[in-house]
Amino acid sequence: MPEARPRTLFDKIWDSHVVERLPDGTCILYIDRHLVHEVTSPQAFEGLRLAGRRVRRPDCTIAVVDHNVPTENRRNGIAEEESRIQIETLERNVAEFGVPYFPLLSAQQGIVHIIGPEQGISLPGMTIVCGDSHTSTHGAVAALAFGIGTSEVEHVLATQTLLQKPAKNMRVAVDGALPVGVTAKDVVLAIIGRIGIAGGTGHVIEYTGETIRGLDMAGRMTVCNMSIEAGARAGLVAPDQKTFDYIKGRPFAPAGDAFDRAVAYWRTLPSDEGASYDKQEKLDARKIAPMVTWGTNPEAVAPITGIVPDPREAADEARQAQMQRMLDYMGLTPGQKLAEIPVDVVFIGSCTNSRLEDIRAAAAIARGRRVAEGVRALVVPGSGIVKEQAEAEGLDRILLEAGFEWREAGCSMCLGMNPDRLKPGQRCASTSNRNFEGRQGPGGRTHLLSPAMAAAAAVTGHLTDVRELA
Amino acid sequence: MQAFTTLTGVAAPLPIADVDTDKIIPARFLKTVKRSGLGVHLFYTLRFDKDGRERPDFVLNTEPYRHAEILIALENFGCGSSREHAPWALLDFGIRCVIAPGFADIFYNNCFKNGVLPIRLPRDVCDRLMDDARMGGNARLTVDLARQVVVRPNGEEVGFDIDPFRKHLLLNGLDDIGQTLQHATSIGTYETKRGTEQSWLPPVHVG
Repeated sequence: MPEARPRTLFDKIWDSHVVERLPDGTCILYIDRHLVHEVTSPQAFEGLRLAGRRVRRPDCTIAVVDHNVPTENRRNGIAEEESRIQIETLERNVAEFGVPYFPLLSAQQGIVHIIGPEQGISLPGMTIVCGDSHTSTHGAVAALAFGIGTSEVEHVLATQTLLQKPAKNMRVAVDGALPVGVTAKDVVLAIIGRIGIAGGTGHVIEYTGETIRGLDMAGRMTVCNMSIEAGARAGLVAPDQKTFDYIKGRPFAPAGDAFDRAVAYWRTLPSDEGASYDKQEKLDARKIAPMVTWGTNPEAVAPITGIVPDPREAADEARQAQMQRMLDYMGLTPGQKLAEIPVDVVFIGSCTNSRLEDIRAAAAIARGRRVAEGVRALVVPGSGIVKEQAEAEGLDRILLEAGFEWREAGCSMCLGMNPDRLKPGQRCASTSNRNFEGRQGPGGRTHLLSPAMAAAAAVTGHLTDVRELA
Repeated sequence: MQAFTTLTGVAAPLPIADVDTDKIIPARFLKTVKRSGLGVHLFYTLRFDKDGRERPDFVLNTEPYRHAEILIALENFGCGSSREHAPWALLDFGIRCVIAPGFADIFYNNCFKNGVLPIRLPRDVCDRLMDDARMGGNARLTVDLARQVVVRPNGEEVGFDIDPFRKHLLLNGLDDIGQTLQHATSIGTYETKRGTEQSWLPPVHVG
């Protein structure tokens, strides 16, 4: 028998989900888990209704509300009418089509990319989709997970498949011990700074190397989450003992003998020795400092020890103009020290950084300190369960005593679709994933950074090298 | 879905790289349960000032580009979120074809589901088409999907690549779901096989 071609983790998951390969190479790809939220699903359910179609596999589907939900006083109902209509529409749709749903007032409710892994719904070797680009998060548990548009949401609801061509393989290897004060968020910002916001376009990025293996599951989720900010369809980390230990005992994970059989399968998934990648990149973790963005896309990033760059140093005229526009929007001048930029708002949350580990990191900086005068600081846990766990550890008390607001789970200030948003001109240190113009509210200015760095900015009132507070 | 065969129209030049989906349509306009009516929010912050008045210098606020059916853009158009509201907004405004050196994957894919044709062409070709577009209403471009060419106002034809399966669906205005359901038997067979091989996998069931 000829020896099989060495395959990557991506190749293995892809191959095992091909239902049929059409003559031109397009594949009908089977989808194991479909996560549904209120913003990108109403038109999809309406499409099913108009065509007289049902949801093929409600038992492979889970719905939750996250983007639109208020993060305080939610027992009083939802004040914004359009948000309320979207949420009520989802509730009607899940009832009509028999889709499992975590209601707003349940502990399981949370940001869709937090609850998938947390509930054990997202598992290694699966294909997972959601009408949201940050679906790449679930790659941390070695699932091929990617964002889709609403037409594809409808396609998955109706057929449990997608029409796709395989992506290319890209490997980003990060080796070396992370310096003190440097986290998974800094690693992924450094990666995006290196490869650019379109560096992963057309590819699935597999993150490898001892630094990635050394990250806890929350950190791996942060890294995979931002794969899309490098343009990649998805991010992946090979499953290992940490992955299995994380999954064991979660509500929707296999249990007992079934878990052991699952692990035996999951152990076959890591990329084979000698598997080839279309593109490769290497980073030395020892050289990564705490990172912060200064512009209006995630590749406009620099170490906190750095300065606002000068557009005159850009490669060409188009880039110069783009950089100048970024600085005008951000209200920054070339040469300004990043660590001296004052902030108005601090946001700790989002599918990138709202897990228990993130809140612990923020609380460790907040303990015994006070939010600076004139700064508003929000901490928004990623799920009702994260909130409960944080409260059981007393983290809420530490944060509240330091002057942070402690909210209920949702997407919150990541994207300005709910009452938490920036006012025009306000500057925010944010643990979210996108610093696009207007992302956190019209005219709002976003600096992306890690939870510890965000907490440091909250207590000093300006962007701060967290290592100075340790 | 409306079929895409040939399109002759005014092309609007948008010489900005990395146009993200928040620029195409800000998140606050996604609170709709409909696909239609999003054209008024297209490029909202580029098109309107903070008081909702048109910015007179933005290309789509000027003649003849208010009636543009083609957009010429730069690298990495449509990066960011998966919101299909981005192509919906373009389509509702009247734009059925975007030509750029590169697109973000999800946006690119979403276009095809809505009868919007995204065309990748090298930067130098896009620069020439951008110059054509700047000539305004007397310099219409023609996009011929069957022949895979863009016809410049001077008659020069520029060829482009497109996935044959997507081309077929677009030319015939075919619904993806209908296509896939022709393979329903294969899907059923796959599910049975997978159910046996991965019998350890519990269903998602709440309550």
